[in-house]
Amino acid sequence: MNRRYVNLIIILLLLALSIWIDLPSNPGIKIGSFERSLETVLGLDLRGGMQVILSVPSEIAVTQQNLQDAAQILENRSNALGVDEVVYQTAGERIIVGEYPGASNAEDVIGKIKETGQLEFVDFGDVRVPEGTVVETDFGLSASAGAEATPTVEVTPTTEATATAEATPEATPTETTSATRYHTVLTGANLKSVSVVRGQLNDYTVALEFDSEGADILKEWTTANVGKILGIVLDKAVISSPSVNNPIPDGQAEIIGSFTNESANALAVQLRYGSLPIPLEIEQIRVIGPTLGQDSLDKSLLAGIIGFGIVMLFMGIYYRVPGVVADLAIIFYALITFAIFKLVPVTLTLPGIAGFLLSTGSALDANILIFERLKEELRNGRTMRQAIDLAWRRAWPSIRDSNIAALITAAILFWFGSTFGASFVKGFALTLALGVGVSLMTAFTVTRTLLGLVVDLFKDPEQRPGLFGL
Amino acid sequence: MINILGKRYYYFALSLLLIIPGLIILAVKGLPLAIDFKGGTLLELQFPTTQLPETSAVIALYNDMGFKEVQVQTALGISGERDILVIRSPFMDDTTKIALVDQMKTDFGVSEISVNRFDSVGPVIAQQVTSRAALAVAIAALAVILYITYAFRGIPHAFRYGVCAIIAMLHDILIVFSITAIGSLLWDWQMDSMFLTALLTVIGFSTQDKIVVFDRIRENSSFLRKLPFEKLANHSIVQTLQRSINTQLMTVEFMLMSLALFGGVTLREFAVILLVGLLSGTYSSIFIAAPLLVVWENQEWKTWFRKQSANA
Repeated sequence: MNRRYVNLIIILLLLALSIWIDLPSNPGIKIGSFERSLETVLGLDLRGGMQVILSVPSEIAVTQQNLQDAAQILENRSNALGVDEVVYQTAGERIIVGEYPGASNAEDVIGKIKETGQLEFVDFGDVRVPEGTVVETDFGLSASAGAEATPTVEVTPTTEATATAEATPEATPTETTSATRYHTVLTGANLKSVSVVRGQLNDYTVALEFDSEGADILKEWTTANVGKILGIVLDKAVISSPSVNNPIPDGQAEIIGSFTNESANALAVQLRYGSLPIPLEIEQIRVIGPTLGQDSLDKSLLAGIIGFGIVMLFMGIYYRVPGVVADLAIIFYALITFAIFKLVPVTLTLPGIAGFLLSTGSALDANILIFERLKEELRNGRTMRQAIDLAWRRAWPSIRDSNIAALITAAILFWFGSTFGASFVKGFALTLALGVGVSLMTAFTVTRTLLGLVVDLFKDPEQRPGLFGL
Repeated sequence: MINILGKRYYYFALSLLLIIPGLIILAVKGLPLAIDFKGGTLLELQFPTTQLPETSAVIALYNDMGFKEVQVQTALGISGERDILVIRSPFMDDTTKIALVDQMKTDFGVSEISVNRFDSVGPVIAQQVTSRAALAVAIAALAVILYITYAFRGIPHAFRYGVCAIIAMLHDILIVFSITAIGSLLWDWQMDSMFLTALLTVIGFSTQDKIVVFDRIRENSSFLRKLPFEKLANHSIVQTLQRSINTQLMTVEFMLMSLALFGGVTLREFAVILLVGLLSGTYSSIFIAAPLLVVWENQEWKTWFRKQSANA
């Protein structure tokens, strides 16, 4: 079989696959562990929503793990808001970017971010409750945000810990392991400082210092409860269950256990900053109205379609048969690229669309370069078959080099965008790179194969230069 | 064959004529940076009617809350009515914003004000983004020079091609800055993230276009060795001229014109900057980058001062 027909079959299969993926009604793909819902993901600027950028104050040392943990915790918390899928991502060394599609109420969102994890010291009686267990306590209020931007334990609920047996519905975990409602002895509000102490035998302890009010409560309770367990609970989840060895008279407590340096520090950080391993400050808030986004989207789409139509018309009129073939190739290009966008999935933003348009430009440019060459070779008296071969061979270096330069630029911009939470630059770079890649492919396989096939349809194409825009 | 390169100094003069006014505006007024790059808050408020409060009253309200340097503009809403206030101020947090909007409702007797847009960017991150954006562009430029030098290693002075491409790219960047400066003077344009996107697009397109023109010089130089470089370069430009015009028409004129004409208001500034920038990208390939190669080849700077002294 002719190699050309093999190519054609491959192209048509690819096209069919792309169209199937592009269909808005596509139910999604599931092959083994690979799963894609194949919904077009629109960026905040197109669908409206809110973006928050948080940063770690420069004086705080931070590891990548801290940052990722914090992002994860914030994402979990925010998804409890019940708006659309909230995404938190780390960017660079000290920045976390949160995106809330569809959210327009900044107050809710910020309240959730500022919310301090609620630290409680709980009377477990004789039971050593395993770490991670979700428990119910009688501390009646979930923590609410103060005016402070950093989620440190200093921000405290205004209401005192009382013995009323009332837990808020939201705070009540669904998977309570026991129906027991434990008594909260103290909250993080009374905790003054936390430090890690290294002993002589290379053992580590976590030292806690309480304020005077906390010290009094602690003294009273520990005196009456030597040998019992005073559990430490964060956001209703147990993080440690130390037992009381001696009464603690002065608000200076120590947690002794088989700590390593890391585990001691990890506990200390949890105690210090609530649930977040690092304090965060709000650097940037953006609320984009959905109507504004929709307006842009509709009109840009219309503009894009009009522009695309004119381009196709021009190609057909100017380059005749090759132009029409190129139009087909460009439609293939658009369908395949869009399918890839859905597969990756790429979040479509206005800059992303700009990147896509630019790569469409280079896809067109590749075709134009080839056709101009084709005309030159035909004018020089080559036969059609020779001319087509030469045109491709000679146009290739310029297409290759110009597109590689574009890919280099895209790669550097992508790095910049992901490091600084500049998601718009990242989106631009990603769509540009993907588009340039696909455009190289379509110019060299689709246009060439189709043109070869179409030329075969005509007898003596050299005698009919009008067909090739000469 | 048309002699394009012969008039090269006219093209340089024309470019300077376009760039210098913009640079003067920038020197006098400073960069019209949006809050994305200098920090601050932009609040866009949708009022129920066109009965907008007085600008001075809004500024007074902000001043009372401790915000200096407040700018207030009105804008057309979706309905086509002038019922939107756009207020730019120094950085404020969300709590302050809520208090402010509440205060407005009481002061101006409006029951409902909806917040269309609330952008608040801290000064630290804004500065970081700006400096790193400049760094990213610089690294990209360097990488492109290196790549071109590598790709053109077969012909003499490959390094020159990279440098000339980047100079021409800087030219395009300056043109974009100039048009934005003029726009800032006439229509209050600002350099925001969309501006940066447009700039990046121009940069990407610019290098691509230069390489296509240089590629023809590379190809021709293998069998037109005996021709003087200026002739060779001119020949190559003329050969790629049709392609340059057509690509330019496709990507710029058709695509962007429609975006500028039919796209949403939010995109108009973006489309116009792109239009000018991409046009400049094609122009500079032919009229800046290639002529610079000739100037370099002939080492013409040696005669610049001689000419001047002869004239004087």
